[in-house]
Amino acid sequence: MSILVGKETRLICQGITGKAGAFHSEQCRDYGTSLVGGVTPGRGGQTTLGVPVFDTCHEAVEKTGCNATMIFVPPPGAADAILEAADAGIELIVAITEGIPVLDMARAVDYLRAHHPRARLIGPNCPGVITPGACKIGIMPGYIHKPGRVGLVSRSGTLTYEGVWQLTSLGIGQSTCVGIGGDPVNGTSFSEVLMMFEDDPDTDAILMMGEIGGNAEELAAGLKASGKITKPMAAFIAGQTAPPGKRMGHAGAIISGGSGKASDKIDALEAAGIRVAKSPADMGATLKAVLR
Amino acid sequence: MKVHEYQAKDLLRAAGVAVPDGIVITSPDEAAAAFTKLGGGLIVVKAQVHAGGRGKGVAIGPEVDRALALEIASGVKPRPDGMAKGVQLVKTAEAATHAAASLLGKTLVTYQTGAVGQAITKVLITVGHDIVKELYLGLAVDRALQMPVLMATTEGGVDIEQVAHETPEKIHREPIDVGLGLQDFQARKICKALGLSGPTAVNGAKFLKNFVKFFLDTDASLAEINPLIVTDKGEVLALDAKLNFDDNAMFRHKDIAALIDVAEEDPNELRAGQSGLSYVSLDGDIACLVNGAGLAMSTMDLIKYHGGEPANFLDVGGGANKDQVLEAFRILLGDPNVKAVLVNIFGGIMRCDTIAAAILAAYDEIDFTIPLVVRLEGTNVEAGKKLLDESGRKIITAVGLTDAAKKVVAAAKGAA
Repeated sequence: MSILVGKETRLICQGITGKAGAFHSEQCRDYGTSLVGGVTPGRGGQTTLGVPVFDTCHEAVEKTGCNATMIFVPPPGAADAILEAADAGIELIVAITEGIPVLDMARAVDYLRAHHPRARLIGPNCPGVITPGACKIGIMPGYIHKPGRVGLVSRSGTLTYEGVWQLTSLGIGQSTCVGIGGDPVNGTSFSEVLMMFEDDPDTDAILMMGEIGGNAEELAAGLKASGKITKPMAAFIAGQTAPPGKRMGHAGAIISGGSGKASDKIDALEAAGIRVAKSPADMGATLKAVLR
Repeated sequence: MKVHEYQAKDLLRAAGVAVPDGIVITSPDEAAAAFTKLGGGLIVVKAQVHAGGRGKGVAIGPEVDRALALEIASGVKPRPDGMAKGVQLVKTAEAATHAAASLLGKTLVTYQTGAVGQAITKVLITVGHDIVKELYLGLAVDRALQMPVLMATTEGGVDIEQVAHETPEKIHREPIDVGLGLQDFQARKICKALGLSGPTAVNGAKFLKNFVKFFLDTDASLAEINPLIVTDKGEVLALDAKLNFDDNAMFRHKDIAALIDVAEEDPNELRAGQSGLSYVSLDGDIACLVNGAGLAMSTMDLIKYHGGEPANFLDVGGGANKDQVLEAFRILLGDPNVKAVLVNIFGGIMRCDTIAAAILAAYDEIDFTIPLVVRLEGTNVEAGKKLLDESGRKIITAVGLTDAAKKVVAAAKGAA
């Protein structure tokens, strides 16, 4: 069934009555996602896009049986929205919101670990998750995807679309594409998504798109080097020309104290036997080259 | 967001973190009174700029060559007698006035400011202490642990990155639970690691607990005390303080947000931020305008890969409209080094024909004298390309990333 989302996913949107929430909920529904409701505190009882709006996530779960949520709540309330979803028992929480304070996220992931270890948070500051042809949760353009057997995981938005489009143009379809987000503290790491792809019978190979900052790419490379990931992998690291100490758009994309450099990440990936595209134009071709 | 040392110390003092008394002045005339008010004795006069390396930095007037100043500040060349340092010790009111006059209105060049330096408009006059120990404290969110980690070492007053590289075992790392803050046992543990005992350890523990509480309460992103000193009286004080705050949390800290010093910020980066753009200036000659941070970084890499040098990072965000594209072009073309511009857009939800129309409208409002290469991909790409190709403007369209990079690199070289 690919990973994270599929035909059985029943989605609500937190922030469905806002401009972005409404627009993307409609896009997801039109792609074929089963959109069953929305949550906006104080707007319970209304109907939008043909689905009911609830005041709380708990009510949404009770009335719709939803098992996934997409969060467009503005930054001041976004971490709270994540916790509410987990508390209501929603298994998959996809937080699109950009600009959540780092300490809010640190508190949120700490709370999730302690109280709702089964909840799976993707993001924040991410494009979302899509299993082509089955379910789209997020802001990615659906039509560039093609159902297939390559898993894709990335910290970026438009760069992911670029990678997906290159694969699709080469006739290579995708099992699931996961944007883990560009913030320094997020819900799901590269390593966790790689293990999901490793365990997924519908995924044959993995394309990973990282960027400067932190050491999540190095940790992911460690999984390949230690043999925990056996499927063929290709990668690209953005920010090879980024100067140290400067934040490159994403809150997490910064080389600080000499760590988080693209060259270190590329070295770690290549040492683990992962083929790294030198140019962003070659992401699709590099993945094609490692396909068995 | 960064704040000055004097602002950081004011914030810390208010939070119960011990810092030396100090008075900030903007004119040398105020120095003598500040000296007296602080009780005289040993007094330190410190230039207030955001950059580090002030102690070795030099304050210069327009007559001094900046490149030479940078070499002196970096320790490559010796400092001539009479060239003022960014931090000065004085023992009389007259000397304080002289020191303040040697800094205010001058430019401070340190290894961190580069040759361009930073104008000195404020000076901190602060009490000097007899130092028994120089320690280091740093607090920041550890990305792998996903929680703040307090770093403490006895190797104070030196470059912490060097300590981390050469003798990592000398750095004590203490993870902080974001709900609980620093616990008493943790404070005792750190004091032990720092070699503090008796009444000094009591002072140290109080410092640490208030310091961590301040970090959590104010949404700081980096808090560094280097050096943290122990005085001959057993006091534990922040001799210097560097604080950065999380820009995304400033909506709930209006008082801290108001401390921004726009003179310390890159004017183009500020201007871009006001239009919802994310911009970082670089040294090259090929400007780029891209939607999305990851693709924007990749576009810089792509230019370099094909033999060019990127002039900037610029992310117009997901929904680039005409006004944003116009403002982006103005910022890019304001850089005199730029010889060609590459627009790289992956139209997802945003349609390529909408973006093409925005590019054309912005193009017509600007006197474009250098080559413009546009690469569009995604939704309605054919309609977008057609708009550009049939517009009659001198816009070079490209198909694919490689084609775009080759064309813009060639254009920049042709214009050179």
